[in-house]
Amino acid sequence: MAKTYQAGVQDYRLTYWTPDYVPLDTDLLACFKITPQEGVPREEAAAAVAAESSTGTWTTVWTDLLTDMEFYKGRAYRIEDVPGDKEAFYAFIAYPLDLFEEGSIVNVLTSLVGNVFGFKAIRYLRLEDIRFPIAYVKTCLGPPNGIQVERDKLNKYGRPLLGCTIKPKLGLSAKNYGRAVYECLRGGLDLTKDDENINSQPFMRWQNRFEFVAEAVLKAQGETGERKGHYLNVTAPDPEQMIERAEFAKELGMPIIMHDFLTAGFTANTGLAKWCRKNGMLLHIHRAMHAVIDRHPKHGIHFRVLAKCLRLSGGDHIHTGTVVGKLEGDRASTLGFVDLLRESFIPEDRRRGIFFDQDWGAMPGVFAVASGGIHVWHMPALVSIFGDDSCLQFGGGTQGHPWGNAAGAAANRVALEACVKARNQGRQLEKEARDILMDAGKSSPELAIALDTWKEIKFEFETVDKLDVA
Amino acid sequence: MRDDANTMGDYQTRQTYETFSFLPQFSQQDVYAQVEYIIAQGWNPGIEHEHPSNAFNHYWTMWKLPFFGETDASRVWAELEACRRAYPDHNIRLIGYDNYAQTQGMQLVVFRGRG
Repeated sequence: MAKTYQAGVQDYRLTYWTPDYVPLDTDLLACFKITPQEGVPREEAAAAVAAESSTGTWTTVWTDLLTDMEFYKGRAYRIEDVPGDKEAFYAFIAYPLDLFEEGSIVNVLTSLVGNVFGFKAIRYLRLEDIRFPIAYVKTCLGPPNGIQVERDKLNKYGRPLLGCTIKPKLGLSAKNYGRAVYECLRGGLDLTKDDENINSQPFMRWQNRFEFVAEAVLKAQGETGERKGHYLNVTAPDPEQMIERAEFAKELGMPIIMHDFLTAGFTANTGLAKWCRKNGMLLHIHRAMHAVIDRHPKHGIHFRVLAKCLRLSGGDHIHTGTVVGKLEGDRASTLGFVDLLRESFIPEDRRRGIFFDQDWGAMPGVFAVASGGIHVWHMPALVSIFGDDSCLQFGGGTQGHPWGNAAGAAANRVALEACVKARNQGRQLEKEARDILMDAGKSSPELAIALDTWKEIKFEFETVDKLDVA
Repeated sequence: MRDDANTMGDYQTRQTYETFSFLPQFSQQDVYAQVEYIIAQGWNPGIEHEHPSNAFNHYWTMWKLPFFGETDASRVWAELEACRRAYPDHNIRLIGYDNYAQTQGMQLVVFRGRG
C-alpha cells in the first residue's frame, strides 16, 4: 500500500528514532555527544541529528515519496548517558552504506559534520567516533606505503624512528636550513622535518630548500652508511603546485614528502596520497588546525575520528601528540587512537574512548608521530607509551644541545637505543628511567651533557579534553 | 668514544649500522639477551653477512636459511660464530623475522668486519 502525501512538519523522532534497529555490518556507525537546548527531549535531538546528517529536512516534501526513504535514511538507534555529565548524552546513529560515495572521506564528513553542527535545537555537538564498515574501507586507498614498507625502504627495524623538526621554524635561508638538516642527520637522526608553516616564503623558496636539503640528506647518508630522509613539505596554495613540488622531491631522489591534511583539505590529501602510492614516495602528515576541531570536550570532532579519516585518505605518518611533552594529550585516549592508526582490528574499549569495533582489513598502518617539547629525559616513557611503530621527534631537544645538532642527534640516538635494549632485556623503562639513561651517558659525553641540560624541564598541566569517566 | 677534552664538542661523523650501533659494542651476554627477545616474540632468527664496502645494500648474503622455530639462543650464537669464522672480514647481522607483521622485528649488526 503506497503512502499518501501530507504536507507539514512532524517530529523527527517519528521517522528517525528507531530503538529496535539492529545495525547492519555494512552500515557506517557514528557516536555523537549531544548537548541539546533546554526542553528538547533526547530522542528528538538524536533523531534530528540522524535526519539532518542523512536524508531529512525540517519539513515533509512530496519528493520523499519518489524514493525508498526506509532504505536511505540514517537511524538513531541507541542513547546512553555520558558518565559524569547530566546535560549531554551519547547518540548512536547508523547510516546505510549507499549514502556515501566510494573512497570519499570528503563526502562522509560533509554529511556527518555538515549543517547539523549549526542546528539550533542543539547547543553543542561532538562527533566522538565513526565505525567504517569494511565494505567502505575497501573503497579507500589508505596509506601509500604503510609501516612495514617504510621500515623496509628505510632499513629501520626493532626501534622507533628518530626525527626532528628544523628550527627556527621560519626565517632561515635555504642554505643555512640545509646545514641544520645535515648536522642532525650526520649525528644519528633518521629523519628531519620541515616545519608545517614552511611552504615557499620569500626568505626561502621551495626549489632552493629542496635542492639544499637533498644535498644534505645524500651526504649524510653516504657518510654514515644509514638511510636518511627529510620530510619536504609540499603543502601548497593549489593542487597543481602541490604535485609540482612532489615531483621535484622525487626527481632529487628524496624518499619522503609531507603534507598538512586539515588546512589543505581531504581532497588534496587523498590526491597526494594517490600520487605517493604511484610514485613510491613516503608521506608524512602534519595536523595543523586539529586542536580547533578536537579540543573542546563537547563540540567538534574527536581526534580519533580525524585519525581514522586520515588513515583512509592516506598518509604514512601522522602526529598524535606526545602525552608527556608541551602539547595536550590524555594517555589512555592517545593510546586508543594510536591503536586505531596502526592495528588491523581494534575492539570497542570505552576506557580508551573507542566506541566501536573497527576492522581495517588489509589497510596498511600509519606511524604515530610524537613531537613537541620532548627531550632525552622523556625517552623511556616515550618508548614505553608508543612502542616501536612510532616516530619520536625532538626539535628543541636536538638543536638545543650545547654542542649543536649533530651532538644533540647522537644524544637522542644513544638514549633511544639504550631504552630499546633495556626493554628487550625485560627491564621496566619508566621505573628504571634514571638508571638506564645515566648508565648510557657514561659512554656518551653527548648524552651526558644533554641529561644535565634538560634535567629540570617539565610540562605539567591538566589535560583539557579528558575521557568521560564516571 | 673520544675522551680527549680538546675534542669535546667536535662531533665527528661516524659510519654506523642502524639499530644499536650507537651503543658500545655488545658483549656475548648482550647479544644473547636480544636473541632471547627475538625468540620470546615468536620471531625467527636469521643471520646475514656482507663485506663492509657493500653494507649499504638492502640485501646481504644469507648465512644458511633462517632458523625457523629455533628456541635455543646458544645455537643461534654458535651459528653467528660459525659465520664469523667463515667470513672474518664481513659484517654479520642478526635478524628477527616477524612473519605476522611481514617485516623484520629486529636487525642488529653483531660483528663488524676487519676489512
